[in-house]
Amino acid sequence: MAIFVDQNTKVIVQGLTGGQGKYHGLRNKAYGTQIVAGVTPGKGGTDVEGIPVYNSVAEAVKATGATASFVTVPPKAASAAILEAAGAGVTFIVCITEGIPAQDEARTYNTLVRDFPKVRLLGPNCPGIISPGKCNIGITAGEIAQLPTAKGPNVGIVSRSGTLTYQALYELKQLGIGVSTCVGIGGDPVPGTSFIDCLREFQADPETHAIIMIGEIGGSAEEEAAEFIKANVTKPMSAYIAGVTAPAGKKMGHAGAIVSGGKGTAQGKMDALRAAGVLVGHNPTEAGSLMAGIVAGLS
Amino acid sequence: MDLFEYQGKQYFARYDIPVSKGDVAVTVDQAIAAADAAGYPVVVKAQVQVGGRGKAGGIKLANNADEVRTHAGNILGMDIKGHVVKRVWVENASDIAEEYYASFTLDRGAKKHLLMLSREGGVEIEEVAEKNPAAILMLHIDPVDGLPAAAAKKAAVDAKIPEAAQQGVADILVKLYRCLVEGDCDLAEINPLILKPTGEVHALDAKVSLDENAEFRHPEWAEFQATVELDARELLAREKGLQYIGLDGTVGIIANGAGLAMSTLDVVNQVGGSAANFLDIGGGANADVMAGALEVINSDKNVKSIFINIFGGITRGDEVAQGIVEALGRVDLRAPIVIRLDGTNAAEGRDILKNAGIPESKLTSKSTMLEAAEAAVALAK
Repeated sequence: MAIFVDQNTKVIVQGLTGGQGKYHGLRNKAYGTQIVAGVTPGKGGTDVEGIPVYNSVAEAVKATGATASFVTVPPKAASAAILEAAGAGVTFIVCITEGIPAQDEARTYNTLVRDFPKVRLLGPNCPGIISPGKCNIGITAGEIAQLPTAKGPNVGIVSRSGTLTYQALYELKQLGIGVSTCVGIGGDPVPGTSFIDCLREFQADPETHAIIMIGEIGGSAEEEAAEFIKANVTKPMSAYIAGVTAPAGKKMGHAGAIVSGGKGTAQGKMDALRAAGVLVGHNPTEAGSLMAGIVAGLS
Repeated sequence: MDLFEYQGKQYFARYDIPVSKGDVAVTVDQAIAAADAAGYPVVVKAQVQVGGRGKAGGIKLANNADEVRTHAGNILGMDIKGHVVKRVWVENASDIAEEYYASFTLDRGAKKHLLMLSREGGVEIEEVAEKNPAAILMLHIDPVDGLPAAAAKKAAVDAKIPEAAQQGVADILVKLYRCLVEGDCDLAEINPLILKPTGEVHALDAKVSLDENAEFRHPEWAEFQATVELDARELLAREKGLQYIGLDGTVGIIANGAGLAMSTLDVVNQVGGSAANFLDIGGGANADVMAGALEVINSDKNVKSIFINIFGGITRGDEVAQGIVEALGRVDLRAPIVIRLDGTNAAEGRDILKNAGIPESKLTSKSTMLEAAEAAVALAK
């Protein structure tokens, strides 16, 4: 078991013929992911190292039976690409595109909710998802993810920050702790998939025994997750929140992590998670060590 | 990107939101000319991006050119909470019968637009929210539906806006919402939104924050970029296309990814140091990007050591290492580097650095974030 994607997931890549799409699409395939097709309007009938390319998602889905899509197209085209995939029957969409206007994200998200309620969007501006040994969609370097064991204990990872997602995977690898699934939800204002969506799945997944959550300053997603954890998550958790020393009113990077009006501080988020019974580390390594302690208690 | 009041008003005017007649001025003479054109009495308003301008003496009423001369002279160059006033906005003074509050934002939690409307305007909305939360109408708007005129009218009624002003407020809400959506604002706020004794509703202030991701479809934003206030380091970083924020510490920071960069600041702080900056070189950082980043950090006289923290995903360790080697050839660094390199092609990267013949007094490599932070902080002391 894993959450959202596994060895049976068939994936198309929207933008496979572009630089990023080709690099990561082929890397995902080399990892063992079932990358069954690419989509680039006007390039139908060609192929990328043996992967057939179609003009539309609908054609690709019809030919391959794919249920997931990896969207790696520029910001201007991303919203249309996501909606095209949803319209063609894809049910799991991973969008790594960085720099999509917030208004576009809001409209796309709410269109999905209304017209395609069964479709899950992961991202935009996220590193993607990896169920180690089974499926890797996105830009994560597969080799840094520790394979889960049949017996466990295995850890699920959910993270709002790209590089800190890799950091979390790496910490667990150093400790030899297996990962069931690692989900990077991305730090944009309107993420398709939230902490809570992932926590709910991890709680239900028999292969996941503990959960690491990586958050950052800005917004209130971590506080909402803490409320959810208190009421619904019985599996042990550790967490880390980036940005304790970030000055208020300054936007930290593209993703829009910002402390404004005294809201969204790292301290507030850490306090909320602690109150929900989560062990909170002061840096990613400490969150890893805390998880090692949890795992030692489980095995 | 936060706009100054005058820019916000100019932006509002594009969406037909009524604002007072006025102009921006950087000299006393320009202020007088603006006042003559707007018609007396006028209000002279300091253009700074900080609250409490009025209390600090940055907003004055002037009945004639002499008074404009006095007030503009006093306000230009004034220091308001660390912000030096470079411009004043001079506008025709409005008679005020009532003051309201209206704003639109994107509510990240609800993933919908949020209208906040109150008949208690002219004061900080946070204050109203604390003392009398019932006085603020909060209405979520589905971005797919938008805000039809009837819904705007209902909002004005529900917020208990007096009947005489309801239609005027509703009209402005529809326009302000269009400004948010089509204008790609993160925030569009009017405080106060006034009712004049003559019955017209009118925006007396403008607070607008723009979503920089949408810049590609707004060529008209170029003039706003020109007035963004950055220090010398931030200007250099912008020229080089880097995500940089200047801070006051002594450890220069270079990391890939906003999360890792923030985390690097935290870890430096945790081991007793202080960061000189936030710098995210993003994915796929090549030699040019690294050289640019080092140049920016090198321009900061406070920097005593440089901590490069790279975790390879898209970014490849060998490229980063190559970049550092090349950069050291191009930039004469004043401070030593401590590097922590992990992830994609990290081993190759470490080999490149080891074989480049860089003396240890200039560059040390550490295997964990914490060790690297400790080393960088020790060097900065």
